[in-house]
Amino acid sequence: MARIEIDGESYEVEDGDNLLSACLSLGLDLPYFCWHPAMGSAGACRQCAVIQYKDAEDSRGRLVMACMTPVTGSMRVSIAAEQAREFRSDNIELLMINHPHDCPVCEEGGECHLQDMTVMTGHTFRRYRGRKRTHNNQNLGPFINHEMNRCIACYRCVRFYGEYAGGHDLQVFGVHNNVYFGRFEDGALESEFSGNLVEVCPTGVFTDKTFSAHYSRKWDLQTAPSICVHCSLGCNIAPGERYGELRRVINRYNGDVNGYFLCDRGRFGYGFVNSPERIRKPLLKGHPEITAAMAEKHFHDVLKAAKATIGIGSPRASLEANFALRTLVGEENFFLGLDDTEHTLLETITGMMRNGGIHSPSLREVEQADAVLILGEDVTHSAPRLALSLRQAARNAAFALAGTMHIPLWQDASIRQIQSQARSPLFIASICATRLDDIATDTYQGGPEDIARLGFAIAHHLNHESPEPAGLGNAENSLAAAVAAGLKLAKRPLIVSGTSCSSLAVIQAAYNVAKALPGQNPQLTFTMPECNSLGLAIMGGKRLQQAFERMNENLADSVIILENDLYRRAPGPNVDLFLKTAAHAVVIDSLINATAEKAGLQLPAAAFAESEGTLVNNEGRAQRFFPVYPAPEPARGSWQWLTGALENFQWRHHDDLTAACAITFPALAAITGVSPGADYTIKGCKIPRQPHRYSGRTAMHSDINVREPGQPHDAETPFSFSMEGAMAQVPPGLLPVIWAPGWDSNQSINKFQEETGGHLRDGDAGVRLIEKSGSLEWFRDIPAAFKPQQEVWRIIRLPHIFGSEELSLHSPSIAERLSSSCLFMNPLDAGTLGVSAGEQVAIINLAGSPEDSARDEDELIDLEENSVLEIVAQIDKTLPRGLLVITAGLPEFQFINYWTQVTLKKIHQEGLS
Amino acid sequence: MEQMAKPLTKNIRPDRAFATLADYESTGGYEGLRKAITQLQPKDVQQWVKDAGLRGRGGAGFSTGLKWSLVPMDAESFQTRYLVVNADEMEPGTFKDRLLLERDPHQLLEGIIIAAYAIQAHVAYIFLRGEYHLAALRLENALLEAGSKGYLGKNILDSGFNLEIILHTSAGRYICGEETALLNALEGKRANPRAKPPFPLVSGLWGKPTVINNVETLCNVPHILHYGIEWYRSLALGADQGTKLFGASGRVKNPGLWELPMGTPIREIIEEYAGGMRDGYKLRGFLPGGASTDFMLPEHLDVVMDFDAIAKAGSRMGTGTLIILDDLTCPVQMVLNLEEFFAQESCGWCTPCRDGLPWTVTLLKDIIAGQGRMEDLDALSGLTRMLGPGNTFCALAPGAMEPLQSALKYFREDFERYITGNNAVMESV
Repeated sequence: MARIEIDGESYEVEDGDNLLSACLSLGLDLPYFCWHPAMGSAGACRQCAVIQYKDAEDSRGRLVMACMTPVTGSMRVSIAAEQAREFRSDNIELLMINHPHDCPVCEEGGECHLQDMTVMTGHTFRRYRGRKRTHNNQNLGPFINHEMNRCIACYRCVRFYGEYAGGHDLQVFGVHNNVYFGRFEDGALESEFSGNLVEVCPTGVFTDKTFSAHYSRKWDLQTAPSICVHCSLGCNIAPGERYGELRRVINRYNGDVNGYFLCDRGRFGYGFVNSPERIRKPLLKGHPEITAAMAEKHFHDVLKAAKATIGIGSPRASLEANFALRTLVGEENFFLGLDDTEHTLLETITGMMRNGGIHSPSLREVEQADAVLILGEDVTHSAPRLALSLRQAARNAAFALAGTMHIPLWQDASIRQIQSQARSPLFIASICATRLDDIATDTYQGGPEDIARLGFAIAHHLNHESPEPAGLGNAENSLAAAVAAGLKLAKRPLIVSGTSCSSLAVIQAAYNVAKALPGQNPQLTFTMPECNSLGLAIMGGKRLQQAFERMNENLADSVIILENDLYRRAPGPNVDLFLKTAAHAVVIDSLINATAEKAGLQLPAAAFAESEGTLVNNEGRAQRFFPVYPAPEPARGSWQWLTGALENFQWRHHDDLTAACAITFPALAAITGVSPGADYTIKGCKIPRQPHRYSGRTAMHSDINVREPGQPHDAETPFSFSMEGAMAQVPPGLLPVIWAPGWDSNQSINKFQEETGGHLRDGDAGVRLIEKSGSLEWFRDIPAAFKPQQEVWRIIRLPHIFGSEELSLHSPSIAERLSSSCLFMNPLDAGTLGVSAGEQVAIINLAGSPEDSARDEDELIDLEENSVLEIVAQIDKTLPRGLLVITAGLPEFQFINYWTQVTLKKIHQEGLS
Repeated sequence: MEQMAKPLTKNIRPDRAFATLADYESTGGYEGLRKAITQLQPKDVQQWVKDAGLRGRGGAGFSTGLKWSLVPMDAESFQTRYLVVNADEMEPGTFKDRLLLERDPHQLLEGIIIAAYAIQAHVAYIFLRGEYHLAALRLENALLEAGSKGYLGKNILDSGFNLEIILHTSAGRYICGEETALLNALEGKRANPRAKPPFPLVSGLWGKPTVINNVETLCNVPHILHYGIEWYRSLALGADQGTKLFGASGRVKNPGLWELPMGTPIREIIEEYAGGMRDGYKLRGFLPGGASTDFMLPEHLDVVMDFDAIAKAGSRMGTGTLIILDDLTCPVQMVLNLEEFFAQESCGWCTPCRDGLPWTVTLLKDIIAGQGRMEDLDALSGLTRMLGPGNTFCALAPGAMEPLQSALKYFREDFERYITGNNAVMESV
């Protein structure tokens, strides 16, 4: 720590920090543009000028840029000095020379950092009389608007997009005052993190195109703290609503999890909430429209009449909803609703996390890892935000070297300059090339068995007690030795694996490597498919297959399916048979899907933005999401449908349900501490969801009725659907909207952090449920190497950021970026078939798929046509021979979901030969 | 003795032919290298150059030997070092390096090899202005000649020292002359300057310790090694050491370039070597060292060409090539011409330069077009302070402000005449 003097006041600050960051951490106002807490200093905008004095006697001082000035003990500076104020105001005048006067029609207006800073410097009068330079804008795809005339050339966009996130297609072109930030030609931005440009840009150059389509001012949005539901990482988000429609999602800062950034699926996947495919009303098959009360009665009647009711839970439903279902149907009738392999993997992972004795890191900790091994994952597609963190982890060696060269760690360009000589080891073993390969020390491609074998070999090199794979090739063995050596040197090594390969052996190998690591700080993290996969697995329950058997054996006759499309979880014929056998099938869900279509009773469930619940992310962190706006009747939270059906109705409120869940599952005991309950008030007031400038509340419904409706009451959460309330003392982790006087933009977050880029004051949201304990035996089931067979291929389904996740598929902007439904194959395999990229092939299923057992006679007739799929082939030269890759979860592949062994035929197009 | 007094240009013949390796060797060429590499340790070479008092000829005047001695030579992470030659001569009015490059390329090569030996760099780059086609040709040729005679490559003169020299021709832009922008350009990046510290001496080309020297600076080195420190220190007239190429352009009788002792009075350069003003023109002022230096006036003619002497008179020696302003040329238009250049050449990185220079141009154009206002002069003065040293990311904008701020000081009535409408017809630049 260093003691410094700012404008005559003495302060304690972090030694070696830059002066701008130190000032902001102290809560002082100092304008800036190019500096960003996650990206360090650039020195480009020259906005954060202050006066630095030589010593106590110096009264003139000299102008320095705070962002480029290291804090040193007993330094004396002034923010308020006239010369500095004048410079900052003049600098804004220069920035404004070409900035259009379009605030009233600019989407950024009201949350614009440039507006905030302009007001802060006091620049009001424009002396420039010339013309403004103008630019052409580009179409950057479905996510981002481009309005280059507003650009103030702070360079944040390219620094984020290229340097921080590893993208290549957004660049700066041109020179002098004609610098242009864009793509070399129009086209969708390729980076999976492009949406962050909206928040990184200090003004309205890059804005959210999906928001523009139904735009509202920031202050007119109703917002509640929420959690992203599109993967297992649990990024914190702030969704905004107006007129009962979800308008956008922005990042909600969490110092442990997502920090400042989201992935594009998380930001733009929200469209499903407004989708026409929502289940808006209850539906009873064969009956005309029914009311909610009738639906509820029917639901209760079904339960009463049933011999036994099966409950199928969901990894995308909250702990509370799953728990309510489990209570309703009884533990013996509760099934997790997971794909069979995934069930095994999640059970194993849960066991490792709880009893494996290895630390499961937060994303903040991931960024501090100094050596990483990724086993079997293309993280950018399976847990996108994690890939962004791993990209930062690769820089740790450069930070260490910078220390020895006396380069301050916030001196961003200088650190990147020495990155070529110092990069933390990152090893990636995967099925085919991944989106992080560009920063990898070494990569390896192989079948799941080969990836597992490499992992086992690495573990063996690290610790000879760990079993060694037999017959490993020389190349693999020396790679394993090199990886082991790289990991061994690290102080904070990290192993990343997950469910993408659908391979138990890969997960077990990952555990062995982590266990074999020397030192006290090995870390192991797993990606999982859905937002509550781990929560559901901790809760535990039987397999979906067992539910099918139970129904088949006539031990149950009804089923309640909670937020789950079983056709994504099991072979179609098996699900068909199950639903056909059930006397009553009740589906509680928010979107129509194949399962819901076959249900006798559909109950409309609130989407995540309309309900509350607790999710457990892949780290083991329980986090709560809250309704942004009341569920549009008759939809209600799944947990409400379920608890309403409980005979003695013991849980009237969500808090009761959470508490009961915590009591029932000791592993979940801490979930009651995730957030204060509905009885939480500050000076007798709930926390308002609407900003104090929320306008037109009395008029917004006047086209329907001039009488202002009463504000809906929220009996379930600490928030009110209102603008009244005390915002000042709200713990930052519970703030729906980030705002501070003079700071209308998202940059105001620095007013709520312990220090810039640090934890939120009063703690980041969420509670870790799992800390390392125990130890497991070495895993010893090492598979044999994968051997391609003549004319037989294995289909592997790999996740894709746009296409594999069920809910975001219904978001129109995501739909525009969907992964193509083609088949990837090795070039040599393609060569032997005579197939070139873009040509059609037929995939023919070979026997042995699990669906055969479930087929009844009618369906056997269709076998012939159901076992061939014609598809466009693409070549991937990194894919091993004998393997085929398709995108997991794409609806058009649903009927081949359980094909494993296939053969291929080239389709000869008629008339061409 | 003529030879000894003009070491830099002794091989440069009036017939515009260039010195071949044989020519160069015939006047003692590569003897300095031979001495350095066979008799002296790298540290000794650094000390010789430091003791000789050689200061950088690119404009900043930093002690060359001191710069070399600051290169980290110890830690393992600093094992790779680079020498980069700044041959990106783009300063308006400056053409001194061109002469040395085109007419005596081996002199530069010998300087490079000695410098590389002194800092133990095994790769050196010549970053050459793209338009210097002839220099490129002659350097390529000289590199081959030097290699074939064992002055370059592996085991130079059986000393065990290896050096590869790579000639890189620039894709253009003035900012590449800024040494850190030059490094970025050399790496294939945008030619934006880098933040300092870290200085290139610590983290330069590809993050390695790098010394960047100007062409003329390095051309001094062989002679210091060959003829010794005492000899070198006897060349100059004033506080600084050695000789330097001085030039003059503008309406003088005999524009050109001359090797003269450091400390030569400006009057001597203009009146004797340049032959004084052309008939019908009077001297109104001059930029002493290229476009980015402050105007000086006839009253400064007796100032001598030394770094500190010129600084004391309110300007900078810069490249030492004078740009003459005569009495029939409008200083406002001359400044506009310069500012248009600088505005065009701004890299666009920092706000004051990127947006301040074009505004400067707009104001000057308005003034010249008769649409100026008196308060525009305040705006211009404000800009010269705003874009001053320390306020911008690199020295381009402060350099651009030097002719403007001194023009506002010395030729304010010319600006005011445009605004008040009492402007006498003046010839444009």
